[in-house]
Amino acid sequence: MKFETPAAQNPIDQLKVIGKPADRIDGKFKTTGTAPYAYERHDVAADQAYGFIVGAAIAKGRISRVDAAEAKRAPGVIAVVTTLDMPRLGRGRMNAAYLFGGADVQHYHQAIAIVVAETFEQARFAASLLRVDYARAQGRYDLAEESKRAELKGEDTDEGTSAPPLQRTGDFEAAFAAVPVKLDAEYTTPDQSHAMMEPHSSLAVWEGDRLTLWTSNQMINWGKGDLAKTLGIPEQSVRLISPYVGGGFGGKLFVRSDAALAALGAKAARRPVKVALTRPIMANNTTHRPATIQRIRIGATPEGKIRAIAHESTSGNLPDGKLETAVSQTRLLYGGANRMTSMRLALLDLPEGNSMRAPGEAPGLMALEIAMDEMAEKLHMDPVEFRIMNDTQVDPENPQRPFSYRNLVGCLRLGAERFGWSRRDPTPAMTRDGQWMIGMGVAGGFRNNLLTKSAARVAIDKAGIVTVTTDMTDIGTGSYTIIAQTAAEMLGVPLDHVRVLLGDSNSPISSGSGGQWGGNNSTAGVYAACVKLREAIAQNLGFNERDVLFADGQVRSGNRALSLAEAAGDPGLSAEDGIEYGDLGKKYQQSTFAGHFVEVGVDVATGEIRVRRMLAVCSAGRILNPKTARSQVIGAMTMGVGAALMEELAVDKRLGFFVNHDLASYEVPVHADIPHQEVIFLDEVDPMSSPMKAKGVGELGLCGVGAAVANAVYNATGVRVRDYPITLDKLIERLPEIV
Amino acid sequence: MKPFTYERASSAADAADKAGRAPGSKFIAGGTNLLDLMKLQIEAPNHLIDINGLDLDKIESMPDGGLRIGALVRNTDLAADMRVRRDYAMLSRALLAGASGQLRNKATTAGNLLQRTRCPYFYDTNMPCNKRQPGSGCSAIGGYTRQLGVVGVSDACIATHPSDMAVAMRALDATVETVRADKSSRAVPIAEFHRLPGDTPHIETVLEPGELITAVTLPKAIGGKQYYRKVRDRASYAFALVSIAAVVQPDGSGRVAVGGIAHKPWRIEAAETNMLRGAKPVAEQLLADARPTRANAFKLPLVERTLAAVLAEART
Ligand SMILES: Cc1cc2nc3c(=O)[nH]c(=O)nc-3n(C[C@H](O)[C@H](O)[C@H](O)COP(=O)(O)OP(=O)(O)OC[C@H]3O[C@@H](n4cnc5c(N)ncnc54)[C@H](O)[C@@H]3O)c2cc1C
Ligand code: SF4
Repeated sequence: MKFETPAAQNPIDQLKVIGKPADRIDGKFKTTGTAPYAYERHDVAADQAYGFIVGAAIAKGRISRVDAAEAKRAPGVIAVVTTLDMPRLGRGRMNAAYLFGGADVQHYHQAIAIVVAETFEQARFAASLLRVDYARAQGRYDLAEESKRAELKGEDTDEGTSAPPLQRTGDFEAAFAAVPVKLDAEYTTPDQSHAMMEPHSSLAVWEGDRLTLWTSNQMINWGKGDLAKTLGIPEQSVRLISPYVGGGFGGKLFVRSDAALAALGAKAARRPVKVALTRPIMANNTTHRPATIQRIRIGATPEGKIRAIAHESTSGNLPDGKLETAVSQTRLLYGGANRMTSMRLALLDLPEGNSMRAPGEAPGLMALEIAMDEMAEKLHMDPVEFRIMNDTQVDPENPQRPFSYRNLVGCLRLGAERFGWSRRDPTPAMTRDGQWMIGMGVAGGFRNNLLTKSAARVAIDKAGIVTVTTDMTDIGTGSYTIIAQTAAEMLGVPLDHVRVLLGDSNSPISSGSGGQWGGNNSTAGVYAACVKLREAIAQNLGFNERDVLFADGQVRSGNRALSLAEAAGDPGLSAEDGIEYGDLGKKYQQSTFAGHFVEVGVDVATGEIRVRRMLAVCSAGRILNPKTARSQVIGAMTMGVGAALMEELAVDKRLGFFVNHDLASYEVPVHADIPHQEVIFLDEVDPMSSPMKAKGVGELGLCGVGAAVANAVYNATGVRVRDYPITLDKLIERLPEIV
Repeated sequence: MKPFTYERASSAADAADKAGRAPGSKFIAGGTNLLDLMKLQIEAPNHLIDINGLDLDKIESMPDGGLRIGALVRNTDLAADMRVRRDYAMLSRALLAGASGQLRNKATTAGNLLQRTRCPYFYDTNMPCNKRQPGSGCSAIGGYTRQLGVVGVSDACIATHPSDMAVAMRALDATVETVRADKSSRAVPIAEFHRLPGDTPHIETVLEPGELITAVTLPKAIGGKQYYRKVRDRASYAFALVSIAAVVQPDGSGRVAVGGIAHKPWRIEAAETNMLRGAKPVAEQLLADARPTRANAFKLPLVERTLAAVLAEART
């Protein structure tokens, strides 16, 4: 189905099932341990052996020798494959660092061997017996230092953020020089780790030349292609199965070493082999969100109208790695006739930087939305009003191009009202509650809505049970549930009459899960398949397609009514189709918006920062399931607190690695850090987006949160911190004296 | 994890005896620290002597008014004991500020005292570390040191002792009771139990090989208001950046021990004579010989400010 004109009235608008807070279908399996993850698929192949991956002990250089003799003799060992046993593997389209093969080490903990044994413990012990000789090379590990040599570079990510190397609209320099109120400030965000619960894991089974991989991956079709490319085998020989994913946050968008090495280990061992990355190698072996150095300049009239805005960002990566597109939201979020954005890539020999939840916008807004707070203060304006005054309904670089639907103003206004914003004292460090200095902060939230094709097959059997099959994944987001809701709505059956089968590369190709595109696109694909199935049923029954009604488990037309089971008949019926998009995404700028409000307390003695309450108001099209959507947003808000207050992969600039590579030392928020969260979805639809009239929401919940926390800390203390994370050591020298 | 043999001890003396005869062996109590380190091969004992089940899990009131805490008393049980809560409140608070509920259910008194540092380089076997591999060098110095020690450090090691419980015990003048392989027993004041790193950071306590902790005793309750204030980056489940265990008497005198800044719970009794004059002179004396790095120099004002807040609270 080609979606080329704004969605008209359609069966989804009935909202009998869609829009209802249905419980997650997979929830009971996950909470009772009956949803098997890749590493637990003991049932799918006999004789499974365990692989253990060894990571490089240096950050850059060459491996001159690997002595595996002792490891091979260790108890239980079946096979040892080292990186010197083969030339470099191919490299997937989505990868920057090579996963395995050859003597070169590109980054710390890059995989250099897999040991396969009868048990995990045997494999791990044997791995410690490998003797590896390295020749270290000089590497570049300091972003601030390398940024001096960074060159301009553009980026068009697969996740919907893009910016050219240098973008100019109007004359930024002249306008900035001319305005009376201006800001010129530098902000930094650190490297961050996805730190998802389930580590990357894979079980590889070869049958002849054909490989089946049970794995944990967000993008089945990308993964299938990239794994084939990595291993140098035809794509048709690879099958990926990933029905349950224990979190990804972008860390599982791509094929990682667990997949490649499970396949190589299984080949060498002539046995099915399963591999899970151990926590201590995840931070350096896999990808991370790259650190940024951002400079923002904003110039406004005394009344608060932005006349000039510039955002420049430098991030680092391996030579073939991509940029963190931290400037992309600044091209669209606020008006102003004179604009400039630019990006630079510094070359680093740290592990590969790549997408993490809301790539670009998350760190970009962490900077931009502090800058907006600083400007509001210079203008003696309320930061909510300052943002509202600079709202735009068109693409500021391209004013004839409107937003499809945009209600940032509504988010901010409703949020301010619900949060009690009027109680905030605009003068910092004025509000106390015992030992706590109290502050409130606000930030605008923004994340693009991505349109990408997605297909599904929908079948009805003779019992009237509907089965939806697609290679879509559920990474904890609720895909199973909203897909079932879509089919139930379209075919007029109760939710428990729908079965959903996800995550198998033999199924029709979906959008996959990433870039907050999964919800809208995958359900739109299911919608398309359902439309086709409805047509087939109507035709079968000789009903007039126009007045046929699917409701209460029946197909009706005029005074004729049949149960779906009868309509399907003994052989059942099935239809396959997908959604494809015309140019509505080009004609209209499609984005999602939020107002984030945060109250913090800062301990006046120690500088410890604790969030007291949070509110997000989201403008994100139709909300398909308010319960799963809310879960996405509160999870994202939690991640935003982590980004603001604690998450930082600490770089050892001498040795070239992330030092705090476990969950004891890379801190993410715990329950005690998150006392009270509230989420409001504005009641809206966006017919430009898809027949579902929905948009993404899973990343919007993160975008802006960090800055709202930072602004609250400033309001509480009067100390402006521009380098994340905001930890007490950055406040302590400037807190009031304690007597 | 290196393959190892395993046996259960039948009594404290038996455990010490077994350990004395098996060089390279280790006792295992709750296992919450030892097993993690074994998986990473930071600890690689060839033999484990399981002391769980020994009769060392009681908290007994002593004739002199003190308390004798068995080596195997779980952190959860110790924190919840009515006598501890009433007479040694800071100990209860320190325990509850540590780790998580699940870990405290397993963690034992002796194991807690002997837990090893959380220096991140100690945890990465690719990195030189004098504590893990004597003589290999210290990767932390010149590297990522935000969490590490500021006083009592050496050129060989700047790691901290991460225990909360031990800091309170130091302020309470606890004594560690042991039995040695030759069946002799001794009592070591906690002040002398942990060592500074010096040139031998791998030797962390005065325990001899095979020596088993049987109990920790607390002297008669000293009253006063008792505090354990742990400062950390997140609200729970994190090691201390700095922690303060303090007793403040009605006349303003008292005791202070500090965690998170040194290779052992940090207390200088002489500094406490300044308690009546406020936090500044006490902190100055406690930290007089501090040698912080750029990344952890914040711990110096943090100690003073946290102590000031505790003293202020004690006055109310
Ligand atoms: C995620 C995590 C977070 C944590 N957070 C904190 C925290 O915030 N604050 C804090 O204080 N601690 C924290 N801990 C550490 C925890 O308190 C210790 O792991 C625990 O106290 C160790 O006790 P155990 O009985 O499990 O010791 P084990 O792991 O069994 O043993 C530790 C060591 O003591 C030796 N040993 C044990 N008993 C004896 C004995 N009777 N005689 C001689 N030697 C003995 C063992 O041989 C071993 O070397 C944390 C631990 C984890 C895993
Ligand atoms: S500070 Fe101590 S524990 Fe850390 S690396 Fe240096 S020697 Fe090892």
